[in-house]
Amino acid sequence: MSTATLTRPWHDRKRYLWLLGILAMLLPLIGGALVDATGWSLFWWSTPLFIYLVVPALDALVGEDRNNPPESAVPALEQDRYYRWAVYAAVPMEYVSLIWGAWVAATASLAWWEYLGLAISVGMVTGISIAVAHELGHKTDPFEQWLAKIALAPTGYGHFFSEHNRGHHVRVATPEDPASSRYGESFYAFLPRTILGGIRSGWAIEKARMARRGLPTWHWRNDVLNAWIMTPLLFAGLVAWLGWMALPFLLIQGIYGFSLLEVVNYLEHYGLCRKKLPSGRYERCQPTHSWNSNHVFSNVFLYGLERHSDHHANPLRGYEALRHFDDSPQLPNGYAGMVLLAYCPPLWFAVMNPRVRAHYRGDLRQANVAPRLRAQLQTAARAA
Amino acid sequence: MRKWRCVICDFEYDEALGMPDDGIAPGTRWEDIPEDWSCPDCGAPKAEFQMVLVSEAA
Repeated sequence: MSTATLTRPWHDRKRYLWLLGILAMLLPLIGGALVDATGWSLFWWSTPLFIYLVVPALDALVGEDRNNPPESAVPALEQDRYYRWAVYAAVPMEYVSLIWGAWVAATASLAWWEYLGLAISVGMVTGISIAVAHELGHKTDPFEQWLAKIALAPTGYGHFFSEHNRGHHVRVATPEDPASSRYGESFYAFLPRTILGGIRSGWAIEKARMARRGLPTWHWRNDVLNAWIMTPLLFAGLVAWLGWMALPFLLIQGIYGFSLLEVVNYLEHYGLCRKKLPSGRYERCQPTHSWNSNHVFSNVFLYGLERHSDHHANPLRGYEALRHFDDSPQLPNGYAGMVLLAYCPPLWFAVMNPRVRAHYRGDLRQANVAPRLRAQLQTAARAA
Repeated sequence: MRKWRCVICDFEYDEALGMPDDGIAPGTRWEDIPEDWSCPDCGAPKAEFQMVLVSEAA
C-alpha cells in the first residue's frame, strides 16, 4: 500500500476562487446594470464603493489565510494550465469594461458626476489589470508577454513591462528604487517620484538592451516603445468611433488606473531596506523586504499579489503557489484598506511607522528613510 | 571564461569574477554552481539564465 492511500491528497481550496479576478473586471457593468434597474445615479460609483468599503470590511471579517501549499504539490500546481487561463481571461474582460465605458460616456449624456463615477470605476478595472499584466509579464512566454502589454495599454503604462522586472525587482527596497517608498514619505511625495522615476528607468533599460543587441533605441523591438504605442492607437480608435466625448473618459480612467498601481507600489515596500554588502552590492531580496498580506478576499481579486514577500524573493513562482512566511512583515488589512490609509498620510504614518520601527527593533538606520528624516536621525544620534 | 545573463533582469554572471558574496570563487564555471543558486539581483533560478558568450575561451 502506498502512502497516498493513507493520507488524503492536497486540494487547492482557492482553485475556483481565482475566477473572481475575472469577474472583478466587470464591476463597472454591474454598476451600470444597477443604475438601469434602480434609476439611482449613485451606482455609477459602485465600483469604488465596493473596492474601498466592502472589500476592506470583508478582509477584516473573512481574515487571513496563512496556509501554504505543500512543496510536493507545487510542481503540479505550476504546470496546471488552468491557472494561466484564469489570468488570460481577465484581459478580454478588461477591454469589455473599457469599451463599454467609453461607449456609455460618449452616448448616454451623463451628468458630470455620473461621467466621473463611470471613468473612476473603469479606472479601477484598468488599474487592477496592471496586477494581471504583472502576473503575465513575469513569464518568459512571448504570448504572455504580449498579453501583458495589451493589459497595460488602457493606462498607458507599457513601460511597466520592462521597468518592473529589470528595474524594480533589481533595486527593490533600496533608496535607488523609484517604486519603493521610504519611511516618512507620504503617498503624495512618492507619486511624482515613482511616475517620473519609472519612466526614466524603463527607457534607460530598453536603451541599454537595444544597444547590446546592436539596434537603434527608436526601433519597434524596444519594449517600452512597442508597448506605449498601443495606447494612442487604442484611444484614437475609440475616439474615431465614438467621438470626442469619449476622450476625457479615456484620460481620467487611464490616470486613475496607473495612480492605483502606484498607491499599491507605495504600500508594498514602505520603509523596508536591503543591507549593502562590503562589495557594494545589496543583499539578496528576502521575504522580509516586502510587506505581506494574507487577507483572503482582496488576494483572490489580485491574483495573490498581496503575498508579495514570497513574490519578490521568488519572482518566477506562479500566483497559485505563493507562500506566507512568518518572518515577513504583515500589513494589518488587505491592499484595498491599506490604499485608503495611504491616501490619508497622518493615518498611514500612525499605523505604519510603528510597524517599521518594530520590524527594525527601533533601529531606523536599517530602514529606507526619506532623506529629510535621515538628516534629523543623524543629528539626533550625534546629540545622544 | 564565459558570461551568463539572466533573462529576467539582465544580471551577468562572469565566470572569471565568480560571486564572492555568495561564496562562489573567481573562476567557478557555470556548470559548477549549485542548482539551487539564484540570480542575486532578481531571484530568478539558475535555469532561467541564458549563456551569453562574450569571448571564446582562450
